Amino acid sequence: MRVAASFEIEYLQYLDPEGRLVAELPAQSPPTDEILALFRQMLFLRTFDGKAVALQRTGKLGTYAPCLGHEATQIGIGAAMRPEDVLAPSYREYGAQIIRGVQLREILMYWGGDERGNDYQVARHDFPWSVPISTQCLHAAGAALAFKLRGEPRVAVTCCGDGGSSKTDTYAAINAAGAYTLPFVQCIINNGWAISVPRSAQTGAKTLAQKGLAGGLHCLQVDGNDLFAVLEGMRRAMERARSGDGGSVIEFLTYRLHDHTTADDARRYRDEAEVKDAWTRDPMTRLRTWLTAQGAWDEAREKDWIAECTRLVDVEIDAYLGTKTQPPESMFDFLYADPPPDILEQRAQLLAREGRA
Amino acid sequence: MKAVADTPARDAADAATARPITLIEAITQALAHEMRHDDSVVVLGEDVGVNGGVFRATAGLQQQFGPQRVLDTPLDETTIAGLTVGMAAMGMKPVAEAQFDGFVYPMLDHIICHAVRFRYRTRGRLTCPMVLRVPWGGGIRAPEHHSEANEAMFTNVPGLRVVMPSSPARAYGLLLAAIREPDPVIYFEPKRIYRQYKEVVPDDGEALPLDVCYVLRDGSDVTLVTWGAQVKEALEAAEQLASEGISAEVIDVATLKPLDFATIAESVAKTGRCVIVHEAPRTAGFGAEIAARLAEHSMYDLVAPVERVTGYDTHMPLFRLEMKYMPGVDKVVAAAKRTLAHS
Repeated sequence: MRVAASFEIEYLQYLDPEGRLVAELPAQSPPTDEILALFRQMLFLRTFDGKAVALQRTGKLGTYAPCLGHEATQIGIGAAMRPEDVLAPSYREYGAQIIRGVQLREILMYWGGDERGNDYQVARHDFPWSVPISTQCLHAAGAALAFKLRGEPRVAVTCCGDGGSSKTDTYAAINAAGAYTLPFVQCIINNGWAISVPRSAQTGAKTLAQKGLAGGLHCLQVDGNDLFAVLEGMRRAMERARSGDGGSVIEFLTYRLHDHTTADDARRYRDEAEVKDAWTRDPMTRLRTWLTAQGAWDEAREKDWIAECTRLVDVEIDAYLGTKTQPPESMFDFLYADPPPDILEQRAQLLAREGRA
Repeated sequence: MKAVADTPARDAADAATARPITLIEAITQALAHEMRHDDSVVVLGEDVGVNGGVFRATAGLQQQFGPQRVLDTPLDETTIAGLTVGMAAMGMKPVAEAQFDGFVYPMLDHIICHAVRFRYRTRGRLTCPMVLRVPWGGGIRAPEHHSEANEAMFTNVPGLRVVMPSSPARAYGLLLAAIREPDPVIYFEPKRIYRQYKEVVPDDGEALPLDVCYVLRDGSDVTLVTWGAQVKEALEAAEQLASEGISAEVIDVATLKPLDFATIAESVAKTGRCVIVHEAPRTAGFGAEIAARLAEHSMYDLVAPVERVTGYDTHMPLFRLEMKYMPGVDKVVAAAKRTLAHS
């Protein structure tokens, strides 16, 4: 037999679910104090996520997509990026966004039905949340094309889920990134479930990482609950992209520990035993165990930090709850740079209806 | 059509035990009925199987008919639309679900370039007897892109039929008709009124015609024309107008394309006034088509300019402001009164 091409998909894992190193950490792995800082961010994210769900349950937030269980993946993705890079997220990657400067109050405003949540005060060039699945992947490829054409050493990073990896747009983004050798990183965050449809029903492919092969991208599968593996996978992809060596697809194996959104009830379609089992691979537990073994963390420090997280999150929640609803005429104010007369007339009609003409 | 053996007995039993159901339950009932009577009918979409649809429109169908007839698709609207077109061309009757109105856009390529053209391009050799069900419209405090009123994008497509029920009985009868229709049908489901009220809808397999407007309330002074969830506002406006001595006729368009303009024209011949109400943006909304036809055919019956009460020409705002966008009873009443200033 003559072989036209052959491929393999590398899998990265350093820290196993018990918090034991199963492989030597890569030479470029950040020092312990940096890992600790990221672990603290993971705890911050989890604190926020729990409170956001509680806000929804008490009627103070609209439908919300929780990120419970995705902390290592999301924080690791954000940490691997430089401020000048661009993130095109789906609607769940708050961890990566927080690292990039997106404020919790902005996340809450978006899910609280206020467009101003998309007006990031810090990550000014990042794309807003994309509810239409995986459309952002092609936008990231377009951003990467802009960087390449202008000769800017920037990388476009995008995220979709295991479900999103089935989307036409994801394949097209991968293909375009390969065709133009773009500084592009496609993160496929495989959390096992696309609402009620399990990963096994999405595709016959053995890995989701291999979807990058057809486009000529670098492909990698990592344990998305292992911060070390996430950081190393992202480091490789970002360096390749920045050095002109083209795009990557990374599949992060993690688990959606919560419902798809607060409007979903996973008990209708998902075995509780599977969820219980997934908790044994929780990204927090293993990193906590490792940091504790390094003498960098202990229960007292965790207790203090959680208290601090609670305080910090509450400040943001108060800011969100204290934000007045936009005046209704704002629905016309960002439609065009130069609103045509029809729009101004309708705006006036709305003001008249509000008794403010 | 191959009938399941126990169907007549089952139908008799169902008809005898008919209980009041909601609009969305009527949809489920219609799907189950057609699946029992025609094994070429299959349901496909995201989360329609085990989960029974995010709104529960397909609840229980996979348990009843199996995963060969109720298929969870990979998460890709292009996939759903393209598979649906291919299955329909091969003689199946696929009923696809777009999970939300805002997710139909990737499907347009397959609908506009293929589904509606097979009959035309192949001179009738291939056809596309498909139904696309689309939960439609705003008012449920949903996330972004979950509240679109985009029916006019479809009414401008040649070869398509566009339906939007506003009651459980019409939801049932029109969905049966849509599935039996030999050409593609877009079936919009006004999600705001999915569970608004219940009525008894016998599971008798009686389809409703796909080209009829329904006069829901007789009146003599002004005609209110609307469809979908806004029927509720129109009826409330008529009630309010009645308390002020103004008699409003209310028409539920129900099937937008093909349009039963005769029913509207007949009403306007009687009232001389017309207010068209729709949730979609104003410009080139379907109300413009009705207003144009009134100008063409009913000009000498009209005693007042046609009024449109619509959404604004902006994006559906996120939910904090969505009800400020929606046409409300107050605006319908005010428009009707403006027409009454003419005689």
